[in-house]
Amino acid sequence: MASEGLHEPRELLDEATVDHHRAMTSLCEELEAIDWYDQRVKATSDPTLAAVLAYNRDDEKEHAAMTLEWIRRRDAALDQQLRKFLFTTTEPLTEVGAGGTADDEVPAAGGSGSLGIGSLKGAN
Amino acid sequence: MNHLHRDLAPISEEGWDTIDQEAKSRLPTYLAARKLVDFAGPHGWSHSATNLGRISEISGPSEGVTAAQRRVLPLVELRTEFKVSRVELDDADRGASNIDLAELDEALRQIAIGENVTVFHGYQAGGIEGITESTSHQPIIHETDMVKYLNAVAQGVDVLRQAGINGPYGLAICPTTYTKIIETTEYGGHLLLDHIKKILDGPLVWAPGMDGGVVLSLRGGDFILESGQDLSIGYLDHDADIVRLYIEESFNFRVLEPDAAVAIRSKA
Repeated sequence: MASEGLHEPRELLDEATVDHHRAMTSLCEELEAIDWYDQRVKATSDPTLAAVLAYNRDDEKEHAAMTLEWIRRRDAALDQQLRKFLFTTTEPLTEVGAGGTADDEVPAAGGSGSLGIGSLKGAN
Repeated sequence: MNHLHRDLAPISEEGWDTIDQEAKSRLPTYLAARKLVDFAGPHGWSHSATNLGRISEISGPSEGVTAAQRRVLPLVELRTEFKVSRVELDDADRGASNIDLAELDEALRQIAIGENVTVFHGYQAGGIEGITESTSHQPIIHETDMVKYLNAVAQGVDVLRQAGINGPYGLAICPTTYTKIIETTEYGGHLLLDHIKKILDGPLVWAPGMDGGVVLSLRGGDFILESGQDLSIGYLDHDADIVRLYIEESFNFRVLEPDAAVAIRSKA
């Protein structure tokens, strides 16, 4: 049975797109599970059950991270954004990247300033 | 806004476009090193160093403790400044296409030469070793007769092949020698330039800032110019008459395979 999450006719989609969809769906399920476990941890009055649920919740985080990494390796634009924002300390987050001029950053008014010369290997 | 502060300059979008386009059209002529070595990045202005994967032994902080320090190659920042007349910028906004950007052109030439010199001959103050000082081969000495420059290039290619370094090969040479090669024909009327290119199976590159010449492999993976911020134009200040700008880049350079290049020097 095809995934019910497909929004376009299956015959119009290539295998890579369907696999990408599978991974995205799986990632959503892992994140949803984390949220559900987290609520149950907070709701139960039995500390032994809370410990088990918390263990399960954190186990889902490994699954989510692994799936996200699978997607990142195949999605250049997502890779660019993750590299820009993850593991930064700038606050507010909306200011991340405002101090650099790498080509992947959004140019300020007047342009980013980079002339975009890059490699000239092979040029005369 | 970023550290280049372009938004603070009294320059319209059209003015910036005129300046940037001028820089983009001129720089490739001067940037000889980038035509021959690998280019990595740009990794952004905040990128400061390359991990060399090696350590230096240092004395431990206390008794019984050994220590080592990780080695990195810092990036250097190169910058040249220039002025642009505000009258000229106003004329650019009016649609003038022959804007006087003479100072920009000289700044471009200077920073490109700085990059070329760093790559080909090194930059001691910046801790960067260049190609000609890193090569493991003895330099090839060429006679004053330009026709014999062909022999020097052929020897250079042979030295690299004997060392197991594959082609294609490229030749970077100083402007004076380049001009002499262009002007020289061999016996039979063949252009020396064409013959050299056939031997190299690659380009002969006019390299301002270069002293002598160097034959190097273009197979990749031997020479890496790592860019933090690629060449960019920023704003310094202005008055009623002029706007002061600068062109800047951050980078380092590494020779990974010293066998992959051989220098050519003129006989003294």
